[in-house]
Amino acid sequence: MANEMKGWDRNQMAARAAEELEDGWYVNLGIGIPTLVANYVGDKDITLQSENGMLGMGPFPFEGEEDPDLINAGKQTITELSRTSYFDSATSFGMIRGGKIAAAILGAMEVAENGDLANWMIPGKLVKGMGGAMDLVAGVPRVIVVMDHTNKAGESKLLKECTLPLTGTGVVDRIITNLGVLDVVEGGLKIVETAEGVTEEDIRAATEATIV
Amino acid sequence: MKKVYGTAADALDGLLHDGMLISAGGFGLSGIPELLIAAIRDAGTKNLTVASNNAGVDDFGLGVLLQTRQVKKMISSYVGENAEFMRQYLSGELELEFNPQGTLAERMRAGGSGIPGFYTKTGVGTQIAEGKEHKDFDGETYILERGIVADLSIVKAWKADDTGNLVFRKTARNFNPPAAMSGRICVAEVEEIVPRGSLDPDCIHLPGIYVHRLIQGDHEKRIEQRTTRKREEA
Repeated sequence: MANEMKGWDRNQMAARAAEELEDGWYVNLGIGIPTLVANYVGDKDITLQSENGMLGMGPFPFEGEEDPDLINAGKQTITELSRTSYFDSATSFGMIRGGKIAAAILGAMEVAENGDLANWMIPGKLVKGMGGAMDLVAGVPRVIVVMDHTNKAGESKLLKECTLPLTGTGVVDRIITNLGVLDVVEGGLKIVETAEGVTEEDIRAATEATIV
Repeated sequence: MKKVYGTAADALDGLLHDGMLISAGGFGLSGIPELLIAAIRDAGTKNLTVASNNAGVDDFGLGVLLQTRQVKKMISSYVGENAEFMRQYLSGELELEFNPQGTLAERMRAGGSGIPGFYTKTGVGTQIAEGKEHKDFDGETYILERGIVADLSIVKAWKADDTGNLVFRKTARNFNPPAAMSGRICVAEVEEIVPRGSLDPDCIHLPGIYVHRLIQGDHEKRIEQRTTRKREEA
């Protein structure tokens, strides 16, 4: 799967995404590679939100200390920290919709050059639901997508227009892929950084979206 | 007025009817009203519409009511953990209305707060917005979502006093307070009912005004995704 891909691996992508986070931020991390970002925040004072009703999400529990009353939005057992607070789902999405969460780091199936995001549904396949993704991308001021640059067939996931049903329109600010970092700007995507061993030409060749 | 009942079946007596709308608390399998769900299964109430973030797994949570074909329609944000749900949905036996998670929570909170609708940016430009009123505020487009007023709410809390004041535990709070608020009648199941005066009034999560009937019972509290770290990694 990812072994033929150039550039950063999953952990390197997560480490690069962690550089996006600023001291003092409240942040929501999606499922998959975004979850790994928590391992790379270092000394920065970052508070992780879990949208099922928690600020200050801690690491997985030690074996034998799992608590069915303490899970994250991926339904995994987790732990609390000294700063942790709990609240109900309406309050949780109030802080999301109200723009109080500084950044969301999410996975994606497709991103378009205008910042449209598709990450919840493939027509004809089993539809599990959007969960909190539509609320997050609509409410959080800075949305960062972390994903592989191309799909398993080698086709670009950065498109002129999304083909899948949308999660939100014009919501993505920055995309971190295995090949590098791109921003959504006027007229298309702008290459901000290339991964080690990757050239701007490699990114252009692997990208359907307009590169400006 | 007495709120405390002996069993889940007693607490639901006279409240169930075919075709009703039920709001249920819980996220995944955490904080679900498992005793009340079992009692609704035993009562055999049919053609239910259930507003709940998730639909349980095949043999636990709301999945129990799917197995017995008691549910006509689900209003949920994520249903990926339930094979029987998918089978019934794909065969057309079960209706499904996807709501974004925050929209569902706010619909419940609003419905219980006398707010028949609210505008949100969530879902603008997506399938969710189709057929809904759009309105611009301060240069941004929003869609109208309706409050949910349910015939019955079923919720799970950690502790209650006998007046129905509820305290939840950790992330098992989740949808329980908004689900409780959204019902004309709310039945709560708790792990422990304590005498009035023994809960700190400053630390009540949901005031008893929202809770009409109450039972205490033993909960299985199943874990859906058991994730751990090794001690040497600490």
